[in-house]
Amino acid sequence: MVRIVKILILSLMCLTLVGWNTAFAGKTIVIKGSTTVLPIAQAAAETYMKTHPEINISISGGGSGNGIKALVDKSTDIANSSRFIKPKEVELAIKNGVYPVPHRIAVDAIVPIVHPENPVNNLTIEQMNLIYQGKIKNWKDVGGKKMQIVVVSRDTSSGTYEVWQKKILNKAKVTPRAQMQASNGAVVQVVSKNKYAIGYIGLGYLDSSVKGIKVHGINASAQAALSGVYPIARPLFMFTDGWPNGAVADFINFVVSPKGQVIVKKEGYIPLY
Amino acid sequence: MKMTNNILKQEIMESLPDREARTFVKWRYFKQNLFFSVVRLSALIIVISLGGFLFYIFINGIGAISWDFLTLYPKDSMTKGGIMPAILGTIYLTSGAIIIALPLGVMTAVYLSEYARQGTVVRIIRVGVNCLAGVPSIVFGLFGLALFVVFFQFGSCILSGALTLGFLILPTIIGASEEALKSVPQTFREASLALGVSKWQTIFRIVLPNALPGIMTGSILGIGRAAGETAPIMFTAAAFYTAKLPASIFDEVMALPYHIYVLATAGTHIEQTRPIQYGTALVLVALVLGIDLAAIIIRSYTRKKRRW
Amino acid sequence: MSRKLKETIIKNIFFLFALVSIFILALIVVFLFREGLPIFKVVSIKDFIFGSEWYPTYDPPDFGIWPLIVGSLIVTFFSSLIAIPLGVLSAIYISELAPYWIKEILKPAIELLAALPSVVLGFFGMVVLAPWLQETFDLPTGLNIVNASIILAIMAVPTISSISEDALYSVPLEFKEASYALGATKFETIAGIIVPAALSGISTAIILGMARAIGETMVVLMVAGGSAAIPESIFDSVRPMPASIAAEMGEAPFRSGHYHALFATGIVLLFLTFFFNLIADYISTKFKEVGSATL
Repeated sequence: MVRIVKILILSLMCLTLVGWNTAFAGKTIVIKGSTTVLPIAQAAAETYMKTHPEINISISGGGSGNGIKALVDKSTDIANSSRFIKPKEVELAIKNGVYPVPHRIAVDAIVPIVHPENPVNNLTIEQMNLIYQGKIKNWKDVGGKKMQIVVVSRDTSSGTYEVWQKKILNKAKVTPRAQMQASNGAVVQVVSKNKYAIGYIGLGYLDSSVKGIKVHGINASAQAALSGVYPIARPLFMFTDGWPNGAVADFINFVVSPKGQVIVKKEGYIPLY
Repeated sequence: MKMTNNILKQEIMESLPDREARTFVKWRYFKQNLFFSVVRLSALIIVISLGGFLFYIFINGIGAISWDFLTLYPKDSMTKGGIMPAILGTIYLTSGAIIIALPLGVMTAVYLSEYARQGTVVRIIRVGVNCLAGVPSIVFGLFGLALFVVFFQFGSCILSGALTLGFLILPTIIGASEEALKSVPQTFREASLALGVSKWQTIFRIVLPNALPGIMTGSILGIGRAAGETAPIMFTAAAFYTAKLPASIFDEVMALPYHIYVLATAGTHIEQTRPIQYGTALVLVALVLGIDLAAIIIRSYTRKKRRW
Repeated sequence: MSRKLKETIIKNIFFLFALVSIFILALIVVFLFREGLPIFKVVSIKDFIFGSEWYPTYDPPDFGIWPLIVGSLIVTFFSSLIAIPLGVLSAIYISELAPYWIKEILKPAIELLAALPSVVLGFFGMVVLAPWLQETFDLPTGLNIVNASIILAIMAVPTISSISEDALYSVPLEFKEASYALGATKFETIAGIIVPAALSGISTAIILGMARAIGETMVVLMVAGGSAAIPESIFDSVRPMPASIAAEMGEAPFRSGHYHALFATGIVLLFLTFFFNLIADYISTKFKEVGSATL
């Protein structure tokens, strides 16, 4: 009995040693925040580490709110955010001795999506406003079939949600009956399986399982977003505490460099240039 | 048994005075059969649910399992590759948790059951410990976040996660150890003391060794619980993706339960990573069930070997 | 070193460890209160608990958790509706009806069921049960009260079953033998004698099972749907308290109003689980059958 336990403990220690030796990392960069920016951050990290094998990058999602809060609490090096930092957050940061600096790394468009079988192709901002407040409840009121509308939204920690709130809802409250999802990916999943649903996602998450609809007749595309014609476009940020240096600065420089912007494009977002 | 039941039934029926009595007895047996069918049905439902669930996870997950899956890093935005960092992360967190909780828990249990004066104070402490065993895991997560991550400024790392998990399983270990200590017959202690052995020697050489199986079972179950918990590590230790293995206890880790959760709700390619989610679920379930099965086997083995 | 001295030193070492453990466990409660009470400077206790609008990130924020409390209570209620009959009846089966070999397999099987990680069950509910519910009943979403209740019942049944089984097992043999001797059938013995005698243990089991359902986090986070509104049908989504805390924990800045509100929700949750556990403890000690020695 005691022997078995000793053997178990020994093997555990060996496992650990193996792990240590094969992947001893030098500096770690901690990145947290927006699920919109997440694919860019992860793809960039994978590429970056091929050329900088001594750096370890650890990434988490959770939403822009999570990222900024982590920055304020000093528990992350980079905060991914799909919205700008709020004045209250800046106040809290300064109180905590953190000076948030934004770095624009890409441009994004928020696309409203519906189930591929939904015949609706176009909505106005006013219509979406009323839908999300719960005041329009049936698709027939916006030119679709006679069926109920299921509103899919994001959790309050989401930067995508905040931008949607500002541009579409205009400070009105989302209906409490909305299905809150934790990420862009979850919204895609729900809408692709639910013929009644409407949701909104970052451009990079648009795929064939859902149908993107036009806003005021304008399709979400790179040109429309960059030229400002598309009404729900926004920049994507990485925030740091003060001006970054060392590995963090190097990584952010990589993301805004041409090589990094290729990755942005590959993930479906809109490069800065 | 059944045959004698039937013979008995026949005898009873024949000995009854009239038809009315016979009908009454038939009615009682009918009620019994009805009830028993319902009872058997319940047990069957449970077995089928458990079996069906495990089978489903197995069928969907086994396709993803391979030696590569268990030993490689995730690649291509998690849609390919393996879950090795998550497996290792879970091992680190669980080991840390048990290293913290086991000594603390056992010593506390020993004090409470051997040394402390049995009165209201001890009773309150015991009730408190039992209550804390039932506290939702998210509350521990909140606590871990507020104390270790922010207040102590450890940040999100193995240390914070292991401490939080350790506190989570501490009440379980205290409870199990106390049960084990209580089950050691008092006569053992009395005989030892009567022979002139001091109290602490009695505890170390007689009571603890005899309580060891129960303590071990409890700790193994605690390990199983710590390995499967998600809420406490969500904000204290776990990351969506770490490129390398942690270099120190101040680094974030990936972990199996968190990996399932995050791939299924917050990932970048939820549908495409579905097979990996099932595979991870299968690995986690196999791990936890394996640990608990070991505990159950150890418990029945030591129960048979008991000297009392 | 004298024997007495050694004895005292060791006793005090144990005492120290025990003190540390208890201190830590008390710290959890203290911390919850410390970080949660400040919310009551911003909103009154009555408004917090009974307010029906939960919009913590708006300007100005609304901190009413009544929909969250209702969500917790409803899923607990419905899951108990499923779990209590299944749990108690299967306990009766194991302790009274099952042949030895079935018993040896079923008991460990149920214990293993208790050990399943909640995230895997939540995953199953989200990925298998939800689409099935949505298709079969043509619902707006499969993530709702029904889904959560079923999965929570799977989690509560093992607790209820094993504790009830212990209670039934400890009913003295004399009770059963006396009943049979008087000519009662097996069913009449079980229903009329054994179960009532074990009632305190069974009640404890039920209450602990319900406490487990109320405190469960990952399952409700993944399958209850997440909408913070008082439900109108069992096919509506809800947002039980643990799910709300888990979902919002990451974004509430340290010591902000939202942060305090989440901790205060944790306090309410803690009170509820403590309440359940204390009742279970009270019932089990007050109504304990003291065994055949008292006959």
